[in-house]
Amino acid sequence: MPKDDLKTGYRLVGTRPNRPDGLDKVTGRARYGADISAPGMLHAAVVRSPHAHARIIRIDASKALALDGVKAVITRADFPTGLTGEDWNLQENTIAGDVALYDGHAVAAVAATSKLLAQDAAKLIEVEYEVLPHVIDVDAAMQPGAPVIRAGTADHSVPDGMHPNVVKYIDFGHGDLAAGFAAADLVRAQSYKTEATHQGYIEPHACLGQMGEDGKGEMWVCTQGQWYIRRMCSAVLGTDASQLRVTPSEIGGGFGGKTTIFMEPLALALSRKAGGRPVKLVMSRAEVLRATGPTASASMDVKLGMKADGTLTAASVNFRMQGGAFLGSSPVGEALSCALACYNIPAVHHEGYEVLANRPKAAAYRAPGSPMAAFAVESLLDEMCRELGLDPLAVRLKNAVHEGVKSSYGPTYNRIGLVETLQATMAHANLTVPLGPNQGRGVAAGFWFNHGGETSVSLAIGEDGTVTVSVGTPDIGGSRASLGMMTAETLGIAYEAVRVNIVETGALGVNEPTHGSRATFASGLAAVEAAKQAIAQMCARAAAEWGIEPEAVEWLDGAAVPAGPNAGKFPPMTIAEIGAKMGSTGGPISGHHEVTAGGFGASFGAHVVDVEVDPETGRTTVLRYLVVQDAGCAIHPAYVEGQYQGGAVQGIGWALNEEYVYGADGRLQNPVFLDYRIPVASDLPMIDTVIVEVPNPGHPYGVRGVGETGITPPLPALANAIAAATGARLRSLPMSPPKVLAAIKAKARG
Amino acid sequence: MRFHTPKTFENAVAIAAAASGQTRFLAGGTDVLVQLRAAMVLPDDLIDLKHIPGVKEITRTSDGGWRIGIAVSGAELGRHAGIGADYPGVVEGMQLVGSTQVQGRATLVGNLCNGSPAADSVPAMVAAGAWVSVIGPQGVRDVKVEDIPAGPGRTTLKAGELITGITLPPRGANAGDAYLRFIPRTEMDIAVVGVAVNLRLDGDRISEARVALGAVAPKILLVPAAAQAIIGTMLDDAALDDAALDALAAAAIAASTPISDKRGTAEFRKDIVGVLVKRAARIALDRAKGATK
Ligand SMILES: Cc1cc2nc3c(=O)[nH]c(=O)nc-3n(C[C@H](O)[C@H](O)[C@H](O)COP(=O)(O)OP(=O)(O)OC[C@H]3O[C@@H](n4cnc5c(N)ncnc54)[C@H](O)[C@@H]3O)c2cc1C
Repeated sequence: MPKDDLKTGYRLVGTRPNRPDGLDKVTGRARYGADISAPGMLHAAVVRSPHAHARIIRIDASKALALDGVKAVITRADFPTGLTGEDWNLQENTIAGDVALYDGHAVAAVAATSKLLAQDAAKLIEVEYEVLPHVIDVDAAMQPGAPVIRAGTADHSVPDGMHPNVVKYIDFGHGDLAAGFAAADLVRAQSYKTEATHQGYIEPHACLGQMGEDGKGEMWVCTQGQWYIRRMCSAVLGTDASQLRVTPSEIGGGFGGKTTIFMEPLALALSRKAGGRPVKLVMSRAEVLRATGPTASASMDVKLGMKADGTLTAASVNFRMQGGAFLGSSPVGEALSCALACYNIPAVHHEGYEVLANRPKAAAYRAPGSPMAAFAVESLLDEMCRELGLDPLAVRLKNAVHEGVKSSYGPTYNRIGLVETLQATMAHANLTVPLGPNQGRGVAAGFWFNHGGETSVSLAIGEDGTVTVSVGTPDIGGSRASLGMMTAETLGIAYEAVRVNIVETGALGVNEPTHGSRATFASGLAAVEAAKQAIAQMCARAAAEWGIEPEAVEWLDGAAVPAGPNAGKFPPMTIAEIGAKMGSTGGPISGHHEVTAGGFGASFGAHVVDVEVDPETGRTTVLRYLVVQDAGCAIHPAYVEGQYQGGAVQGIGWALNEEYVYGADGRLQNPVFLDYRIPVASDLPMIDTVIVEVPNPGHPYGVRGVGETGITPPLPALANAIAAATGARLRSLPMSPPKVLAAIKAKARG
Repeated sequence: MRFHTPKTFENAVAIAAAASGQTRFLAGGTDVLVQLRAAMVLPDDLIDLKHIPGVKEITRTSDGGWRIGIAVSGAELGRHAGIGADYPGVVEGMQLVGSTQVQGRATLVGNLCNGSPAADSVPAMVAAGAWVSVIGPQGVRDVKVEDIPAGPGRTTLKAGELITGITLPPRGANAGDAYLRFIPRTEMDIAVVGVAVNLRLDGDRISEARVALGAVAPKILLVPAAAQAIIGTMLDDAALDDAALDALAAAAIAASTPISDKRGTAEFRKDIVGVLVKRAARIALDRAKGATK
């Protein structure tokens, strides 16, 4: 099938049916992480370090254990020793060993017969600390004399003579950098900083775990990836992965933050110690903000060379990122790879440092690393366009990557849609809206690789011809709808005739989580293949009944039909008829496909934002916001638009007001939504969207991932718009009113 | 925790006076219950005042002022046409509190007695010259609203004392008030700065004014110097001239002793108090001249 014709002739793909989980969610029937209870269940509470960095001298739980109803207390002593690498990191982050590494780090946990009792018992657990010097800021953590968080953590990549907190060094590029800068008419270099932000999912982490002394266990948990929970918990507990059965609950948002473990092994370890009674553990919002995985904070230098006509000749970037106190948690590698990915630049060089700090262990957050990188690169690009009097979108189009170009991070691009995206942006009506005083327009482009990954999907035909699809990727953005639509489209049946279930770890082969914008791409690809297997089976059943060769039967509109006049004259045999008889025609009919899916396609986007800045208070109002992005093929356009809008909103929050605020004592000052300022609905205009569709040749319907790219352009787009409105350039996030006002005043002073 | 539902103020006083541990009164509960769930304040005695007759009423006083019951919610206050016409600044201050859900519960008295320097309804009550009736073991007394806050989370009420009602003075002619707050978002945030201005015109001259500031000191401030900066000023082309506004701003800034915290720096708060006090004065003036809203 020629991919450019893909969007014609579909019955379901590209339509907007109701989501299958919609009714459950609006009526409150959907069961989230905290919604499950079991007979004999205990409730857990966690004792957390109030210090950013402290040696644990002594833990005394005797008063807690003396309370009637307290069934178990655990500390690190209840976990196996000898773990290495990321397994050790996960264990250490789950419960502190000798040293608490950040404010909120778990040091003990207790299970009791009620939640209130568990909380009271937690307060009775006495922990004696020796407070150690701490470091929060990424640049400060690299300075000589900065407190050493864990000597010997650095891997082989780090050059000699660096501070022990520098644990990874990355260096790559291509082309002749000196020649590239020499060929430029304008060379500019600037430095930028971004603060850590949290995904801010509405549902706190919650689980119900049960484990016996034999190491057999079960877990119900709010997660983006049940097999990751299984593998990570088993590693931390020293049990066998296949003995733990993990069922994902409905999920109230993840955005990458629920692709790993935080407190899940605590529930299992408590259960094991409490004689196998199930243990429920639900985090409070403050625990979520203090002790789950926000994104990294970054300090970045960028240098760009540009000709007078806007052609980019060379670029170099140097990024420093901290992702907490553990090696490998910052997305510095991704940030470097995304930094220049939108542009065809002859000479590029990337350098990056991962740095330890006394902060929570960073987790993935929507296009990890890319938003920070875009903030730095797209801000400087904008400044240079202004300096040269060039149209910023035209300059982006002039330098845009396309099929056949070697990317800044190495591989050569397949079919991609940045050019089409920029053209659609330039044609949009929002660009012609006149601006008033104190208003400004900013644009920026963005990129995310997307991902395929380990995928296993099964499909079964029911006795009535309806269809069940079992997938392993939790539905965080409407994927049950898009998977159901692709399955129904392939089978030629009604969308309503398909039920997509997100299943537990015992039901399928290993699946990676819903990360990398992969669910609709990878589970979709596997569901289509599974449907094709079932179709082949059904054609064979019809052929056997008709007494003709299976090749003489084809599948049309949900029924087996003779492939042509020579095949004989038989009325169509519908999927319902085949399903009704399958027990006597050869047994159950199903399809199954498992793959480590390659063929994923990058998604590029461009955003345009209009703001008004109050020159007396520095407060920014977003007037208009446009997202244009390549979806490859929008299976369910409403959910694609939702992803674009959601990404933009999270990016707006990161740009304007969200930040982890630490006191001089290293404690997080704002672990509540009152002071961790996510945008509220009334802060935002309706986000306008345009879906560009340049099909991905690696997917049967042309799908690219769409979930992540949308958070990448807002940071620089807002900075560029504020600069246009005020003349003041902000190079540090968030661009909160105090900072914007200070920049306006500094500008006025000259 | 003991939960009490007295039917009279006297009974409430008796319970409160006899209590020895942490005591809280329950009006709307939007501070008390939040603090309880966050384990910040776990009262030993929680005394619900909503079963006392009359606490939900708004009545006209004999001299033309308003008496507001201690359990009147923000939503109920917002629907009251008479108070909205007389004191739009007080109403808009209260209506900024929380969301629709919170408005259904939250009260003026709770906002005042929670003792936050950033409480949104308090500056406008202070600027309006409101007072509260207090009952306690020693009997009853009237206290000006500005004399209730004692510092963050503290009031001047003595053990066993509670408030039985709020009174707004008679509005009189040619007067207007306004409350403005600064927050980085549009709602669900705590005032970084709050400013209330209440003034009266005598022809083209400002004859009376009261200016109150929130979130720029340990407690909400009444700033007579700021009022003096505009009292006696003649309107220039029906507006306050720049000199008067600058003097007003300078007095407000001079009275402010803000801290730097996660919500804003001291320098920023001083800048903003100057900006908002001018804007609030302009709105109050327009209202005094008869502008509605
Ligand atoms: C989501 C949310 C948003 C909010 N937003 C804002 C906001 O924008 N601005 C703002 O200022 N506040 C805000 N608040 C705080 C709170 O809603 C207000 O302070 C509210 O006015 C408190 O009133 P209440 O009736 O609920 O008080 P309660 O919680 O019932 O009581 C508060 C305090 O007053 C005392 N008290 C109550 N009645 C009496 C009495 N008769 N005599 C003596 N003491 C008494 C209590 O003991 C307690 O200490 C918010 C709260 C929430 C939950």
